[in-house]
Order: sequence, then C-alpha cells, then structure tokens
Amino acid sequence: MTAPLPAKLDEIVEDFQALDEPDRLQLLLEFSQGLPALPAHLLEHPELLEQVVECQTPLFLKVEIDESPERIVHLYFSAPPEAPTTRGFAGVLHEGLDGLPSAEILAVPDDVPDRLGLTRAITPLRMRGMTAMLGRIKRTVRAGQPA
Amino acid sequence: MSVAADPDEKFAHYAHPERLVSTAWLAENLDTDSLVVVESDEDVLLYDTGHIPGAVKVDWHTDLNDEVTRDYVDGAAFARLMSAKGITRDSTVVIYGDKSNWWASYALWVFTLFGHEDVRLLDGGRDKWLAEGRPTTTDVPATQNVEYPVVERNDAPIRAYMSDVLDHLGKPLIDVRSADEYTGVRTHMPAYPEEGALRGGHIPSAASVPWARAAAEDGTFRSRAELDAIYRDEVGLKDDDDVVAYCRIGERSSHTWFVLFYLLGFSKVRNYDGSWTEWGNAVRVPIVKGEERGEVPTS
Repeated sequence: MTAPLPAKLDEIVEDFQALDEPDRLQLLLEFSQGLPALPAHLLEHPELLEQVVECQTPLFLKVEIDESPERIVHLYFSAPPEAPTTRGFAGVLHEGLDGLPSAEILAVPDDVPDRLGLTRAITPLRMRGMTAMLGRIKRTVRAGQPA
Repeated sequence: MSVAADPDEKFAHYAHPERLVSTAWLAENLDTDSLVVVESDEDVLLYDTGHIPGAVKVDWHTDLNDEVTRDYVDGAAFARLMSAKGITRDSTVVIYGDKSNWWASYALWVFTLFGHEDVRLLDGGRDKWLAEGRPTTTDVPATQNVEYPVVERNDAPIRAYMSDVLDHLGKPLIDVRSADEYTGVRTHMPAYPEEGALRGGHIPSAASVPWARAAAEDGTFRSRAELDAIYRDEVGLKDDDDVVAYCRIGERSSHTWFVLFYLLGFSKVRNYDGSWTEWGNAVRVPIVKGEERGEVPTS
C-alpha cells in the first residue's frame, strides 16, 4: 500500500508508468523543455536562489510560501540547458507540486521519484538528484511552518 | 586505420596523432561510410536535446557498465551494443561528449578494453562543436544491426584492480581529483556527494595532477609542449615508467589515461577505475592525508 499523491503528481506518475522505457525518457525530456523560466523578481536577484548541492549539475531552487491560511507553496527552479535530466526532474516537481498547500507537500512520500519507473534507464545514482530536490523542498516548507 | 587520420598541425606533435580529430575534420568526414560518430555524456538526456548529425548515443552507465556487478559489460554484451549502434570491428569510431570529453574518454577507454582498434576523440568535444555553431539534429539515425564479433575484454594492459595498485606502490601514481579530495578535506567532489567514501585522502606516494590541467579553456587538449611540462618536467614521469591514474570512479582518470598513453606516448599506463570510491571505502589499505605525497608503507 503506497501513500496517495497530490492529484497532479499522481497523474504525472501514471503518465510515466503508462509508457515503455524509451518513451519515459522522452517524456522527461519534455518536462525539461517545459520548465518555466525564472520570474523577474528572481532573475534580478539570483542571490535569493539556493543551490541544491546534492544534484550532479548545479540546480538552483527557490521556495516561496504565501501568507494565506493554507500557506500555498510556489516553486522556482533554475538549471542550465546542458543538464536536461536535472531540468526534467525539476519540471516534474514543478508541475506536480507548484501551487499546493504546505500540508499537501509535506505529505508527499519521499519515494515518489522511484515511482516514475526511470530508475533502470536513468540509474539509481542519477535518480538521487531528484530525491534530493524533493527533500530540499520539504525541508524548506517544514521550516516555513508556523511554530 | 580505415579512415585517414586528421593531418591537423597541432596533433602532429602528439605521440599518436591519429587518436584525435578536430571539429573541422569531423565536419568534412561526417558522410564517410566506415566512420561512426558516438556521443557519450554525463547527462543521459543530453544527446536527445540535439547531437552531431548521424551520431549514435552510448551511455557510460546503462550501456558500458554491468547492471549488477561493479564491472564493465562482457564481450557478448559489448558485441550486441556495437551491433545495435551500427559499429563493425573495422569501423573508425569518433567519440565526443560533454565536460571536456570526460565520458567520451571513459567510453574510449572501455572500447580499448575490447581491443577496438580505430577509436578516436573529437578534440574539444560537444561544447566546441556547439560553440562553433556547427549543425546538430534531434534525429536518431536508423541503424541496422551489423556483425560485431564477441571479443573478450582484455583488462590487464590498461586497467588496474585494487590488488594491482597495492603491488604497484612505489611506482608512479597520478591522482587526478581536485585538491580538496586529494588532501582529504572532502570525501567527494563538491557537487557529487552521492559518490562519496568513508575516508578522505589519497593513495600513498600519488602525485596530485587534477585532470583539468590537461584541458584548455575550450575543452581541447593542451599542446604537446604544455603537457610535457606538466607530466614530465613537473611530475617527473619518464618514458619507460609504469603509471597508474585514478580519480573517484575512473572517468576523470580516463581523460588523463588518454593524455599519458596516446598524447604523450607512455607505453604502460593503467586506469584504476575502482578509484577512490573503492580505495576510500576499503578496509586496512594505506591512506595519506594532506598535501604531501607520503611514503609507501614498508611492510
């Protein structure tokens, strides 16, 4: 029995699962191409971005939590075009988690990256980059919770 | 050699000029029948974002490493891979990749374990090809399965196991990792913590020569004179030396292996692919911390 996922993330996992391996890689490539560019307030202030050092390629991440009662989370990622795998992981997390309440993000199981069915094609070593990103997002959201 | 070597003036000074091709040479020879271009990158998706027209992808991890044992594929698996990529035993293979050809050098070294005769590197790799605005495509070439013989790997001449390195102590060793990994401040590269080790430092007596010193800013190899100044004058390597190079998992040291073996012409150079992820986790092997090379243990 695996824990339920937020609806959008669940849909993404199902999309990956429905494909065979080469097509899963193509889908990850599409996510890397679909990763939104940074908004102006972060482009002008790159120092607000935090580097996720666990990733093989430099990945910068900014987690913003709004003031609403649900404490909605917004995620911003930046990774160079020559790192499509890292960008793809970021794209999946962005589409699956951006705009969710803090509580839903904190409830996302840590093993979600394993459920994409990419481990064989990407190798466990590379999948750890995505696990590290998710871990960083959850730590930041947890730290942003009211005491 | 089935395709004539690149007569580039810079290459003529190397011990084996036929092992390198320039971007200009490759652009002119792309349509040559017996030539197969192979891209080998760290990032498994990079090839799919655009590659040199006609190039096939070989992934260092999923194609060249055994899936279960920490070892390279066997002769049968290599033959299947070559066949699927349209490479025959006589093909001239030109390999290029990202990060100044780290993974391309690694792939070339693995091809060499199987004795594939004519395998060359594209000087400057993927970045130089792109920087020069040369054409790329996302079209994957339709390759037909071709015949490639099952050739057993011959590790001994160019690959060192941990036991070989223990026996080798006292002869030249080159540690190609960053300064902080060499001294033991770090047990992994700054951005690669998942490839760490339990102990930091270096193999006793190893000289520190970070791999990148052999590469120019544009990712091409430094000239013969510059390389001689580093490895012969500074490190003190001599023609008939028996040399072992290592890094963390054997990929950066493949780059140095290529430099020492093909560009400078040392006749016995082995790559210790177990490298620090094996040595730094092994029980009771000698380790030296700090900047000094350290003494070889006497017993």
